[in-house]
Amino acid sequence: MSFTAATEIDNAIATITLTGDLDASSAPVFREQIDIAAQASPKRIVLMASGLDYMASAGLRVLVFANQKLGTDVDIYLVAPQELVLETLQKTGFDQSVIIVDDYDTAIA
Amino acid sequence: MDRIDIHPTHTFGDYKLRCGRPLPFGTTLVPGGVNFSIYSSYATDCTLVLFQKHQKEPVAEIPFPDEFRIGDVWTMTVFNLDYETVEYGYRMDGPLDIQAGHWFNTDKILMDPYAKIIGGRDIWGEEPDWSDPYQHRSRLSFDDFDWESDRPLEVPPEDQIIYEMHVRGFTRHPSSEVKENHRGTFAGIRAKIPYLKELGVNAIELMPVFEFDEFENSRRHPETGDLLMNYWGYSTVGFFAPKAGYAATGKFGMQVDELKSLVKELHKNGIEVILDVVFNHTAEGNENGPYISYRGLDNKTYYMLTPEGYYFNFSGCGNTLNCNNPVVRNLVLDCLRFWAAEYHIDGFRFDLASILGRDPWGAPLANPPLLEALAFDPILARCKLIAEAWDAGGLYQVGSFPAYGRWAEWNGKYRDGIRKFLKGDAGRVGDMAQRLQGSPDLYAWAGRGPATSINFITAHDGFTLADLVSYNDKHNAANGEYNNDGGNDNDSWNCGAEGWTDDPGINALRQRQMRNAIAILMLSQGVPMLLMGDELGRSQNGNNNTYCHDNELNWLDWNLVETNQDLFKFVSHCIHFRRAHPALRSRYHLQNRDYVGSGYADITWHGTQAWNADWSEGSRALAFMLCGKHAKSGTAEDDYLYVAINMHWQTQWFELPGLPTGMQWHSAINTGADLDHFDLGKEPVLDPQQGLLVRDRSVVVLVGR
Repeated sequence: MSFTAATEIDNAIATITLTGDLDASSAPVFREQIDIAAQASPKRIVLMASGLDYMASAGLRVLVFANQKLGTDVDIYLVAPQELVLETLQKTGFDQSVIIVDDYDTAIA
Repeated sequence: MDRIDIHPTHTFGDYKLRCGRPLPFGTTLVPGGVNFSIYSSYATDCTLVLFQKHQKEPVAEIPFPDEFRIGDVWTMTVFNLDYETVEYGYRMDGPLDIQAGHWFNTDKILMDPYAKIIGGRDIWGEEPDWSDPYQHRSRLSFDDFDWESDRPLEVPPEDQIIYEMHVRGFTRHPSSEVKENHRGTFAGIRAKIPYLKELGVNAIELMPVFEFDEFENSRRHPETGDLLMNYWGYSTVGFFAPKAGYAATGKFGMQVDELKSLVKELHKNGIEVILDVVFNHTAEGNENGPYISYRGLDNKTYYMLTPEGYYFNFSGCGNTLNCNNPVVRNLVLDCLRFWAAEYHIDGFRFDLASILGRDPWGAPLANPPLLEALAFDPILARCKLIAEAWDAGGLYQVGSFPAYGRWAEWNGKYRDGIRKFLKGDAGRVGDMAQRLQGSPDLYAWAGRGPATSINFITAHDGFTLADLVSYNDKHNAANGEYNNDGGNDNDSWNCGAEGWTDDPGINALRQRQMRNAIAILMLSQGVPMLLMGDELGRSQNGNNNTYCHDNELNWLDWNLVETNQDLFKFVSHCIHFRRAHPALRSRYHLQNRDYVGSGYADITWHGTQAWNADWSEGSRALAFMLCGKHAKSGTAEDDYLYVAINMHWQTQWFELPGLPTGMQWHSAINTGADLDHFDLGKEPVLDPQQGLLVRDRSVVVLVGR
């Protein structure tokens, strides 16, 4: 399924909604959105992930990129990832680059 | 200004190319493309073969233009490749002249020796497609793992306590309670870190994790029909790639991240990672083996060959890697640097390391360049280097392995000496005194400290501890070699019955003997190494060579945590006791004299009479005292420690040496008592203070404070 990423910035919170398959071909699209978000100097990034069906190696790497680009003061929240995505994150240790939560309200609380 | 070196200069079909950079070898992701670099001293032409992941037929074959060869290196940048889905290999043209050592064959597609990910065996045990002409496929890897602030732990060698384990065997058993699809993987080990912490070890030594083929020489047992596999993995396919089948994410090609994540998490928990590395031979086997990579790329460079062009077999596995050829030496160096830098690996144990000290014709070298280069390499400077100091060609170098002040050794003489003493052999007391002190007889003369000695009683090769006290002879029928495989020099004793018994007396003695072994191991100077499962009394039914079993013979049964919890508690206690007492972990050899003015020598020897050890032929008992004021050469504070080892079949009274005024002996460990240990710091005062009965075949430890 084709990948989409849309960014909204509100009150120093950048929310990026992800859908589809995030792989090597779509990772640059995600990365572009991170760049856009970073320009707004947000305090927090919230990635809406429930519509994300698959995340390959290149996709995971954007999370690391985001972490390093934004610095340790900016927390990255991943909201409601699907089981397959969550498992991949956990097994490869990328879960440590983000804070995984169940819903949007927790992420912006 | 825009860089102009990132633009193609050549095209081939739809592919855009540019002359590459020869270093580093292998593949490197560069702006817009991938840099390929491969060398061969004798090839005449080289073609890059590209595949789409999982497809049998190549999508492209790109010959290297003449101008892309520099010296013996073919190098090219190919633009616009999909990093995640491309697989690649090489065809090499050159002479096919077996006697001259050349095996070039353009029908074969060859794996890159520097491949960082290798596809083809993505899921452990899944039957490969044997019709695929390219079985082990090079893939591309990212080098951008987020290590945060991690780096190798650099635990002082003398403080290490090593746990030797098999990645799959550790959590594959259903009883491991690890998520089903994590069983037998790096992720499985990560889930069991709390267990390792409770046990107390601070280093795990992983049996081979470089990509190997579990189907190499796989066969059916002639009688049972069971599938026998290359389970242990001592046969390397690729030196730079982690075994995909050991990763829960191997099917997604993410084994690199999974292993790195495990290393990072272990480090966070104070546990180092040592890799068991196999550089003595490769999975290509002898003259009848397959083409995987090395043979087709540059046979004469990679292998030791007889004048007739046959493979020397110092490894016992068909071929011998030509480690002291300068080109191969660099491959080994590159490999270890890669694992140290890229995976934060803390140390390496070299399988059949004596082979690495042979010249290209097999003769042992006095000053082997590879071993020297490893010892002085700046990237490996703080890695532990551990040699299995012998080979299958008859070289035995325990005590004489070329060390350059760096190399430690698996101390085979420790294993043999302790086993003999443990089973009650006469004439072993003098040898025991050496082994307990970190084998100064083997190492002190060369200025090598106690941590040179990796002390072990059991290892993957041979009996488990439970089998060491339950079998006189090996029982290897399950290996399908009519019990001809595996060593016969086990120095084991079954305590009165061969194998399983319901005799309570024999079982009690076995329990005691296992505790004796563990206590001696944890009370010896040097570096103790524990075999996975010995803390739980794991048995292999008397099989001392389980290299080929992917089943319950090798899988750790976690139900033992419940059934043998007393043994686990004892082993864990002994490990924590060692960690709590610096006197047991000396950096320098003990001197058997008082050099801090405490009135006691650093170590003193005793027997049933204090101050008077019985060194005679018939003696089977020995005691020693460590002076706490000499701990870590007088730089650390510790209690006084007294250890009595009675391997006689009779209970004996041991008279105790007196302590400095105001101190008393306290009971810490007694393998002959129902209550075999007391918690650290809560050891009760011994009464009377003058001596104690030490039960037949048991070990007692006292602390003086």
